[in-house]
Amino acid sequence: MAKLALHQWFQKRKLEKEAGPASERLDIPGNLWIKCTKCQVAIFAKDLDANLKVCPKCGYHFKLSARERIEATIDPETFTEISPFLHSKDFLGFVDSAPYSQRILKSEEKTGLADAIVIGEGELHGIEVGIGVMDFSFMGGSMGSVVGEKVTRIAEICLDKKIPLIIFSSSGGARMQEGIMSLMQMAKTSAALSRLRSAAIPYLSIMTDPTTGGTTASFAMLGDLNIAEPGALIGFAGPRVIEQTIRQKLPPGFQRAEFLEKHGMVDIVSERGKMKEELKKVLHFFENAAKT
Amino acid sequence: MPQKPNRVLLEFEKPLLELYKKIDDLKMQDMDMSEEIKMLEKRIETLQRDIFSNLTPIQIVQVARHIKRPTTLDLINLIFNDFVEMRGDRNFSDDPAMVGGLAMLPGCKKSNPLGETIFDQPVVLIGQQKGSNTKENIKRNFGMAHPEGYRKALRLMHLAERFNAPIISFIDTPGAFCGIGAEERGQAEAIAKNLRSMAGLSVPFISIVIGEGGSGGALGIGMGNRVLMLEFSIYSVISPEGCASILFRDAKKAPHAAEVSKITAIDLLEMNVIDEIIKEPVGGAHNNYKETALNIGSAIKKHLSDLARLSSRELIADRYRKYRNMGYFTEE
Ligand SMILES: [Zn+2]
Repeated sequence: MAKLALHQWFQKRKLEKEAGPASERLDIPGNLWIKCTKCQVAIFAKDLDANLKVCPKCGYHFKLSARERIEATIDPETFTEISPFLHSKDFLGFVDSAPYSQRILKSEEKTGLADAIVIGEGELHGIEVGIGVMDFSFMGGSMGSVVGEKVTRIAEICLDKKIPLIIFSSSGGARMQEGIMSLMQMAKTSAALSRLRSAAIPYLSIMTDPTTGGTTASFAMLGDLNIAEPGALIGFAGPRVIEQTIRQKLPPGFQRAEFLEKHGMVDIVSERGKMKEELKKVLHFFENAAKT
Repeated sequence: MPQKPNRVLLEFEKPLLELYKKIDDLKMQDMDMSEEIKMLEKRIETLQRDIFSNLTPIQIVQVARHIKRPTTLDLINLIFNDFVEMRGDRNFSDDPAMVGGLAMLPGCKKSNPLGETIFDQPVVLIGQQKGSNTKENIKRNFGMAHPEGYRKALRLMHLAERFNAPIISFIDTPGAFCGIGAEERGQAEAIAKNLRSMAGLSVPFISIVIGEGGSGGALGIGMGNRVLMLEFSIYSVISPEGCASILFRDAKKAPHAAEVSKITAIDLLEMNVIDEIIKEPVGGAHNNYKETALNIGSAIKKHLSDLARLSSRELIADRYRKYRNMGYFTEE
């Protein structure tokens, strides 16, 4: 399978759109039916896509890829990817069931991404923003050196250009194949956000299913506004680890977005279809607050 | 009558047992056996030196977790004067797994036109606190702090900043606690906020891993301008046992996980994650608290006097540079 950096993918999409509607649905082969993870109802793939991958029956939010998220969030043809050629390095020579270097290549092939996050600049309802979008399908959205570097770079760009930063998280936490270096990315990204904070540059963190571990315990929890998608699992430790530690079953709804809202950790739980409008309102506030 | 010492020997220290027993027997005798005892002690030291210069990573893990290893409060009491412990996060409760307070560091040196003056430096201390026995460990939750522990630490860091006092943090935790209350009260948020706040601290900040540096729970108080590690301590993103059961699907592969994850002081110095290794006494820190404290104390003084030359702005920039540079990747 050919590897395609996201910026190339966007170019390809653009060409296909220009070529006419026949090739528009190239990414879904044939007439596919998808079974909802939550309510088990069968949904026509095309309908699911049209509904931003939210089950029309029960409202279950399927995971979005980075490119789908960017399409759903950033105004058409305004996105420019930044640092698309950053790749992870197997500096420990780490081998579990497969060598880390092979895992990276496989994930790159499978996802067409260079690592678990895409960063870039674009417009959201005409407002210029820096954006980072994690992709869970790349090694469980785990944070290693590349994710840390890219979050830091986009934060530094936002600082430089004085534009708001938006990050969509979807991550199982630290990338263990990078050992202590994955832990250090928590420090690195949080330090970058500390600079944004001092400069009063708005940072909006959107947590999607799932956001756990080192990602939650660093940049994902540090938004001026923390926003979550309904039902998203968000936590420090994964539920299985907690159950093993305390030797008891966890209550239903534990660590879900609504639970975090109730406990004061997120400002808004917004369904996907309303997310862009929600972000627009918030950005509009910051844009005008900064002017006055 | 002299009592038999309460000794805890690790598996690889077992060759010492014979010699210890002999000493204990000699001590029980009525005659003066000091010459013989001295000789045996020499032999113990040689053997210890030998054993401890060839430890495998998993053996280092065992030393780092040794039940008799000096804890944060042990070291605080030996290194500093006039320690005033502060408690509570002013929000929810006090967390006994995280301690902190005010203290004076004696014997600091400042050079001036007339020569050198020696003075006591006010410092703010924070650190995870393990117990030295089961009862204490239950009270201290085995050094695994809740969000209120991290928030107490943050409160102390901000106090240090307002009064321009350097901060010293002692890291010794298996990790931040994982439980229902911890999640409800925002363990992730508490740690994340500490990371962001530590990045912006305008005072000198030194972090020292004295035992176990367990993941985000360790880093949550560990973003010093300088990060030091005791020789036989560890610092990792996940425990060797956790790594083994997740990545190798077999908890018994912990020794292998300890090896490949690079968690010892030497490994971390090589990767520039830490700045210096503090030597431990022969036989490990648990064998001689005083010497351990002395070594840590002089390392603190050395780095504090280096950092004293930096302005607030430079301290923040220095810290940013340190963490900004962490990571390995390619770009082409
Ligand atoms: Zn459904």
